[in-house]
Amino acid sequence: MSTQLAERTPAAAPDRRRGIGRGTRLWLYALASLLALSAARVATGADDLTSAGTLQAAIIAAIPIALAGLGGLWSERAGVVNIGLEGMMILGTLGAGYYTYYQGVWVGLLGAIMFGAIGGVLHAVATVVFAVDHIVSGVAINIIAAGVAAFMAEVFFADLEGGGPTQSPSLDRPPTLTVPGVSDLSADIAERGWFAVSDLAALVNALTDELSIFTILALLVIFGTGWLLWHTAFGLRLRSCGESPSSAETLGVNVYRYKFLAVTMSGVLAGFGGCYLAVVASSGYANGQTGGRGYIGLAAMIFGNWRPGGLLTGSLLFGFTEGTRLRSGGESVHALLLLVALGLLLLAAWQVYRAHLVSAALSGLIGAGALWWYLATDTVPGDFTEMTPYVTTLLVLALASQRLRMPAADGLPYRRGEAG
Amino acid sequence: MTLASRLLVGAAAPALAFVAAAVVTSGVLLGSGAAPAEFWKVVLSLPDARQLVSIVNAAAILYLSGLAAAVGFRMNLFNIGVEGQYRVATFVGAVFAGQSLLPGYLNTAATIVVAMAGGAAWAGLAALLKVTRGVSEVISTIMLNAIALSLVAYLLRKVGNREGQVVVTDQIQQSSWVANITLVPGEDTKVYGLALLAVVAGVAYAVVLNRTRFGFDLRATGASESAAVASGVNVKRMVIVSMLLSGAVAGLIGMPEMFGSSHAYGSTIQTGIGFTGIAVALLGRNNPGGIAVGALVFAFLAQQATPLGIEADISPEIIAVTQGVVVLSVVIAYEVVRRYRGRMEQAQVARELGDRQSGEVPV
Repeated sequence: MSTQLAERTPAAAPDRRRGIGRGTRLWLYALASLLALSAARVATGADDLTSAGTLQAAIIAAIPIALAGLGGLWSERAGVVNIGLEGMMILGTLGAGYYTYYQGVWVGLLGAIMFGAIGGVLHAVATVVFAVDHIVSGVAINIIAAGVAAFMAEVFFADLEGGGPTQSPSLDRPPTLTVPGVSDLSADIAERGWFAVSDLAALVNALTDELSIFTILALLVIFGTGWLLWHTAFGLRLRSCGESPSSAETLGVNVYRYKFLAVTMSGVLAGFGGCYLAVVASSGYANGQTGGRGYIGLAAMIFGNWRPGGLLTGSLLFGFTEGTRLRSGGESVHALLLLVALGLLLLAAWQVYRAHLVSAALSGLIGAGALWWYLATDTVPGDFTEMTPYVTTLLVLALASQRLRMPAADGLPYRRGEAG
Repeated sequence: MTLASRLLVGAAAPALAFVAAAVVTSGVLLGSGAAPAEFWKVVLSLPDARQLVSIVNAAAILYLSGLAAAVGFRMNLFNIGVEGQYRVATFVGAVFAGQSLLPGYLNTAATIVVAMAGGAAWAGLAALLKVTRGVSEVISTIMLNAIALSLVAYLLRKVGNREGQVVVTDQIQQSSWVANITLVPGEDTKVYGLALLAVVAGVAYAVVLNRTRFGFDLRATGASESAAVASGVNVKRMVIVSMLLSGAVAGLIGMPEMFGSSHAYGSTIQTGIGFTGIAVALLGRNNPGGIAVGALVFAFLAQQATPLGIEADISPEIIAVTQGVVVLSVVIAYEVVRRYRGRMEQAQVARELGDRQSGEVPV
């Protein structure tokens, strides 16, 4: 037994590809995307593609998705699939709307978190205590949450000045942070239209000019989660519940408690995401405000291979498509088409080189189609810009899903004492 | 267990669920400052003739939607995309029917086939992604729902005609309309002729599932995928076929209304039927009879809630809470009952073994 273990250890050692660490590779990817976007901007003349306004909109669009995805991460790392994130997010928007109106921004955040947590506890009771199928419970929670929000919104807001049966009056916004000097300077450089430099300046400007406190808080929570789940004993135990709950049980981990906690936390984060939607991304609660962002968050988490850094990258990708849509959408998304087309054609060439002929044909076909679409038109109709985040999700999952690995016991029912 | 206690335990789950839903709904109403008594008086009043017909119509449509979801659910394939498939299918069907390529009822029959094909094709995208690229059907069907929404809106503006605030496709020729059925004599509102599609689809579902090789494979895959693979079931093929079937049934959802009253696809098309269908399928445990009961209950609640705003000054939205809680508590209650039953059976076996071996139970 011990010899076998000794033999296997070298193979299990982390793979350091050609000496490049994961962090470095991430920076290289970021640099490459910046250069590609900048090139697309210069080549197509779609100046809003990487303007500070677009990037700011992208960040604001990305954070709620990332928070929902982070909720999914907590829950799925503990082995519970959470389709109910959408519903918990809806509850979060409602809580934020009610408490922010009466008590201000910070109590509003707590209210949103509390409402989201109620959804999380409900999901935990159904899936952990009663071992109901996770998808079934999630779907039911989404129905209940949408109903509760639509009903309570009418009770809460119908008679308020500026409010109505489907929306709250406009709400206070959380404080923002501007770095003096840097924001003006970067705005100035961003205006110049220089290749790569101006795009970088626009990014700096988006991060230093009127950055919402909630954005900073959300980023802290995302990185905090990474530390908590991967660098503490608590995190190891929680993840062990998602990989092999019966092994965790034999080591004395109270699997039920960890799962319950993780799913509740999932609701808390989705509630925060809902709050962000209501008070940062828009000026108040509105029915149907989440618009499927809970699901996109889940997709971002899958894209990110069930890791915080990856899910943030995925969220930024989806947020960026959303941001370009909001700021002169037709033109910017049209420019993105060129990028997608060239990217897919390059991928096809790579796949031919690797002798994956079927995938090469598929990527080549879609790439050629996108290129044709780009050349044949000047702008993309509004309906199609609305689709962009969803199509991106599908494309990305279709291309990336082979390299992903979800927690081994994700979605499986677990009963105490039924090990082996 | 005796038959009587078996039945009692079986009926306990839905009963528990409805009690839970009633308690939660009343609680939410109380919390909002409304009177639960008023609510129950309106909702549980006897429906009049017009409401009765509306309930039957809504139930038929929900039943088709529930069946569409149930086909996948039976093999643990979560087709959340019934809504998108229904939209694409109804739109494609309406455009085809509006062309009047065929005379009379031939056009009707062909349209139904086209709509089924449209729904199947849209669902097939998700099936392909799952089988070839391993993309979870839950995520892909949700994304396809959103894409269908925008795509159909775009195409409708391209091919449709503007009529005031709404855009509609070409009217279907009158010879292809399906006559409505009089349910209550003397009542103007009638049951859609194609509501009978629900009956046909229900019978077909029951027969295919319980009397064919395919149905057996489907249920086997749902019950234990590894066992199904061991017995020679090609799971990838099953995923594709059941997803296509699910989408094809979703294609039927829009037909009763289209041939019975709207005669075209307009931007005012009913939304959310696909999602409610999922709830109905869960409520009915994917069983053809159960789904029928679920559809009737949901249609009853929705219709009875309509006058709530006028008669009791309560927003009809509250009924979504009732419906959602019914679904969640039904699945929980079934799980509780299943465990209870398992324990009872174990106890019974132990008792019988104990009798035979006079207390010497082998460990």
